[in-house]
Amino acid sequence: MAEHTGVKTMSCQSAFIYTEKFQQYKFRDDHPFNQIRVKLTYDLLKHAGTLTDQQVMTPRIATDDEIQLVHHHKYVEAVKQASQRNMSESEIIEYGIGTEDTPIFDYMHEAAATLVGGTLTAVDAVINGPYDHAVNFGGGLHHAFVRKASGFCIYNDAAIAIKYIRQHTNYKVLYIDTDAHHGDGVQWAFYDDPNVCTLSIHETGRYLFPGTGNTNERGRLGGYGYSFNIPIDAFTEDESFLEVYQNALSTIAEYFNPDIIVTQNGADAHAHDPLTHLCNTMNIFEEIPQLAHQIAHTYCDGRWIALGGGGYDLWRVVPRAWAQIWNIASHFEPLSGALPQDWIDTWSEKSPVTLPTTWRDESGIYNEIPRKNEITEKNRISLEKSLKLIKNQQKYT
Amino acid sequence: MLVEEIMKKEVITLLPNNTIKEALELLNHHHIRHIPIVNEDHNVVGIISDRDIRDAAPSTLEEKQNQDILNHNINSIMTSPVITVHPLDFIEEIASVFYEHEIACVPVTKDQQLIGIVTEKDLLYTLIQLTGIHEQSSQIEIKVPNRAGILPNITKIIGERKTNISSVFIYPDQQDRSQKIIVLRIQTMNPMPLIDELKEQGYDVLWPNIPGLRQ
Repeated sequence: MAEHTGVKTMSCQSAFIYTEKFQQYKFRDDHPFNQIRVKLTYDLLKHAGTLTDQQVMTPRIATDDEIQLVHHHKYVEAVKQASQRNMSESEIIEYGIGTEDTPIFDYMHEAAATLVGGTLTAVDAVINGPYDHAVNFGGGLHHAFVRKASGFCIYNDAAIAIKYIRQHTNYKVLYIDTDAHHGDGVQWAFYDDPNVCTLSIHETGRYLFPGTGNTNERGRLGGYGYSFNIPIDAFTEDESFLEVYQNALSTIAEYFNPDIIVTQNGADAHAHDPLTHLCNTMNIFEEIPQLAHQIAHTYCDGRWIALGGGGYDLWRVVPRAWAQIWNIASHFEPLSGALPQDWIDTWSEKSPVTLPTTWRDESGIYNEIPRKNEITEKNRISLEKSLKLIKNQQKYT
Repeated sequence: MLVEEIMKKEVITLLPNNTIKEALELLNHHHIRHIPIVNEDHNVVGIISDRDIRDAAPSTLEEKQNQDILNHNINSIMTSPVITVHPLDFIEEIASVFYEHEIACVPVTKDQQLIGIVTEKDLLYTLIQLTGIHEQSSQIEIKVPNRAGILPNITKIIGERKTNISSVFIYPDQQDRSQKIIVLRIQTMNPMPLIDELKEQGYDVLWPNIPGLRQ
């Protein structure tokens, strides 16, 4: 791996994409996907003093043409009509809308297009503006397909952003997805494209949605060898997760030599997350962006777009995890010690759970895992299988 | 599911008097492992596999390889008679044929004529489709008493949540024969409310089901 010197002395200019309008993307009060996470993150950073008004950028809304870089026009039309309740249940169901996962809500198209606009604003800031990094925690909706909503995602802002980057530049894009669910929508969108390399590390699909993301999904035609998947076992802990992540990302970055990276930072790989079975702590959410940041400076002249994604422990996990991404993007280092008391005081009444008081988790947030060594070994095997292609090439050159 | 639904209809064949060399070329060119041998009336009179040819071909370890062997007619090495299946056979039946006879390919015949072919790979592909894994879904497993009327109760609960089911499997519990395990792939990213409801109604939900690791 190349030397990454001087990251800490470099000055990074970073943009934080934010609008209250992200809250409009709301399915139901009791739905697990809730954009209050973005507001909590924003507020935490404000209280921590690491986010200034000058760094906040208000996003534009994405145009139909931009959304159709990835999605079929009939699907976009269906989302618009469904928002106005102009379609019958049987008409919309083929588009994956009106299900328990993605129920219809008012102004659904506008809300979804705002998330996409946020991600495109982040891209513009980096490829056309003076910014090194830009974050949009309202985005990262990696499950949406060309003509189907899926897994809480209506429009796939991550895939749209990558198409948009490819349309406006000749940058090779490395997409890094550490959400606990497989980044299937983005993977399939670029499955035959050698200029877009996707890496997804996720809990195995044996139980978890969407079920795909096996090591043998490597891309097709010209894109063969540019899709990487590392499924990790249920009950995986920090150490094994980070071993897989750091090995995979360093190896793939060196092999692919990207010009820009897009990270999907779903925060649902935490032990507290109600939808998944991984057992990680805040530790990984400090390490993940630190290596991404380093890779951006080593290979991409700093160009890094960080997105949100999953994350269903809205109060204890997501705000801290995402705030640390920003802390690293703007100040090189995660914060440590106590959380700002003002933030705790502001939100503790609204929170159904006791809010954490420190940036790191206390020990003992989950029970000891009986088969830890076997899980670590199994993850290591998946890592090796996934990287086999690269390792074989290195052997013969 | 019937054989005619999964069989390949375009079959590469040879006549008994074609040479082994021609067979070898066809196998390599099409990346296949079996060629049915037919007569002029398109009756299956034999079959050859890549292994039959390898057995007949000269050893790669020999210095002077006798290439003449490759000019022999294939009827000299083909397997005959051939096990065939009917288009209306069930795919489970071919699975048993493969298992019992330790073969990996069967020609499909109707009125004595060759009309298709099914390989082990086709069958495995179909089985993968049957597990529902090709559709975005979550998997849950439910341990239930082995008696009538349980499955409809469970599917009713899922149906009321407007959640589509991709596949259902039922297999006996290895530890306790009075129990069965129902495996469901359901099209939702959030099975938690369903799992809670099933548990409330007294069902034993295993999600995920790894021995020694139930939290």
